[in-house]
Amino acid sequence: MTQPQLTDFYTILPFTILVVWACLLLLADLFIPKGRKGITAFLAAFGLAGTMGYAITQASLSSTGFSGMVYLDGFSTYANILLLISGLLGIAVAYGYNQRMGIERGEYYTLLLFSVSGMMLMAQAADLIIIFLALELLSIPLYVLAAFTRKLESEEAGVKYFLLGAFATGFVVYGTALVYGATGNTSLTGIFLAASNGTSGLLLTIGAALILVGFGFKVAAVPFHMWTPDVYQGAPTSVTAFMSSGAKIAGFVALLRVFATAFPSISADMTDILWALSAVTMIVGNFVAISQTNIKRMLAYSSIAHAGYILMAFVPYGNKDVVSVSIAAGLFYLLTYVLTNFGAWAVVISLEKAEGKGLELNDFAGLSKKYPALAAAMTVFMLSFIGFPPTLGMVGKFYLFRAVIAGGFNGLAILGVVTSLISAYYYLRVVVNMYMREGDPVTEREPGLAFTTTFTAVATVVLSFVPQWLFLLASTALLR
Amino acid sequence: MIPVEYYVILSAILFVIGALGVLIRRNPLIIFMSIELMLNAANLVFVAYGRTYQIAAEIAKQKPIFDGQIFVFFVIAVAAAEVAVGLALIVEIFKAKKNINIDELNSLKG
Repeated sequence: MTQPQLTDFYTILPFTILVVWACLLLLADLFIPKGRKGITAFLAAFGLAGTMGYAITQASLSSTGFSGMVYLDGFSTYANILLLISGLLGIAVAYGYNQRMGIERGEYYTLLLFSVSGMMLMAQAADLIIIFLALELLSIPLYVLAAFTRKLESEEAGVKYFLLGAFATGFVVYGTALVYGATGNTSLTGIFLAASNGTSGLLLTIGAALILVGFGFKVAAVPFHMWTPDVYQGAPTSVTAFMSSGAKIAGFVALLRVFATAFPSISADMTDILWALSAVTMIVGNFVAISQTNIKRMLAYSSIAHAGYILMAFVPYGNKDVVSVSIAAGLFYLLTYVLTNFGAWAVVISLEKAEGKGLELNDFAGLSKKYPALAAAMTVFMLSFIGFPPTLGMVGKFYLFRAVIAGGFNGLAILGVVTSLISAYYYLRVVVNMYMREGDPVTEREPGLAFTTTFTAVATVVLSFVPQWLFLLASTALLR
Repeated sequence: MIPVEYYVILSAILFVIGALGVLIRRNPLIIFMSIELMLNAANLVFVAYGRTYQIAAEIAKQKPIFDGQIFVFFVIAVAAAEVAVGLALIVEIFKAKKNINIDELNSLKG
C-alpha cells in the first residue's frame, strides 16, 4: 500500500469539489435568512455547474486512483455529467415548488448535493467497498428528502423508502461478503481475475445474485418494486423527479460496471436470470400502469417499466462481441430516460396544488386550450416514453433492441416492442385528456419549471435528429 | 481451527432469520433490528474469510491484505449513520400517529 499521491485526488476531483461545496453550503445556509433560501438554491446550482465544468475537462482522461479503488474513465465521466445534469434539473424544479408547498428549507439543497456526490462516487467505484459507501451516501439523503414535507404521506414514504432501502443494502453487503469469500478480493478487476481462473463456483454465483437483488430494489425492478409507487406518490414531487432519475442512473451505472468488469465469467449462470428480470419488469410495469388514475403513481409504474427496458442492456453482458454495444445502448437510454422523465415530472409539478390536489389524470383535461406550450411539451414526453418518432425515446429503444437482437435474444426484443405498444394506451390517455376533453386547469408559472420543460422538450426532439453523435459519445465512454 | 464453512453456514442462518424478520414482523423497530442482523451476518462472513486469507498469505510468506476486515468497519460505521436517520423517521411517524404499526401506514394507495 502506497501513500495517496496528489494524482489520486485528481481522479475524484469532481466528487471532492461537490462534497466540499456541500459541506460549506451547510454552514453558509445558517447565515441565510428564512424566506431567502433561493440564495442557497442558487449556490447549490452554482456548485453543480462548476463541478460539471470540471468533469467535462476530464472527458479524455483515463486512470485509476487510491490503489485501484476508483476509476476515472469515459464511462464515469459520462455518468458524472448525466448525474450533474439531473442534480441541476432537480434544483430547477424544486425551488418554486418548495416555496409553494411551504417547505422552503436550506437543507433540501445540501442533501441533494450530498446525494449527487454519492451517485458520482458510484459511477467511479472500482471496488465493492466504494460501491457500498457510495450506495449509502446517495441513499441516506434521499430517505430524508422523501420525508421532507413532514406531512403523514411524506413521512410514510420516507419510512417505507428507508426500510426497503436498508433491506436492499443488506442484500448488497451480504452478496459482497460472499463474493469476497469466493475470490479473496473486493476490487472489481481482482474479482474478474480470480473468477476467470476458475475459482468461481456456487458461492460466487450466489453472491452476484444477491448483489443483483439489492440493486434490483434500488432501480425498482420487478419483483423488488413494491415500494416504488408509494414512495414516488408520497414524497414531494420535486424529490420524486430527482429520485426517479438520479438514483436510477446510479443503480444502473453500478450494475453495468460490476457485471461487465467483475462477473463476465459467470454470465452463463446470470443471463437467464437477467432475461427474466427484464421481461417481468417490462410486463408488470406497463400493465399495472394502465389502471392508475393518479399521475404520480402512473409515472412511478412507468419508471418501473423503463427499468425493465434498461435491464435489457445487461442481458448480453457476457458476450464479448456485443457487450460494448449493449452497454453503450444502456448508457444512451439512461440519457433519454433522464431528459424525458424530468420533463414529465416538471409538467406534473406545474399542475400540482397544495394538499395534493391536481394530481389526477382528469386534472389534465383542457390543458391544451389554456396552456398550449405546456400541453405540447407533455405530448413530446409521453411520445418519447412510448418510443414514438421523432423523439429520443424512439432512438434509445432502437439502440437497445438492436443490441439485444445482436446478442441473439430476439424474444426479449419482441417483448420490448409489444410492451411499448401496450404502454401507448396509458401514455396517450394523458394526451387525449389534454387535447380532447374540456376542463379548467390552473398551472403555476415558475422560471425553473419553465426552463426545465423547455430544455428537456427541445432536447428530446432535437437530439433525436443527431443520435449517432450521442451514441458515439456513449460508445467511446466505454472503450476508453 | 474451526473450518470457514461453519461460519458461512451460521451467517447464512443469521441472514435468513434477518430477512424473514423484515418480511414477517410489523414493528419498524423490530424490522430495523432484523436488517442489522442481516448486515452482521455479512460482517461474520467478511471476518471469517478475512482470517482465512490472512493465514493463507502468512503461510505463503506473502503480505496479507485486510480487505475483509476493513469492510466490516465500513459496515459498522454506515449502519450507525443509517440508524440516526431511520430512528428519526420512525419517531416522526410516532408523533403523528401515536402508533408505528407498518400495516397502518396505508394512506398511499392506487
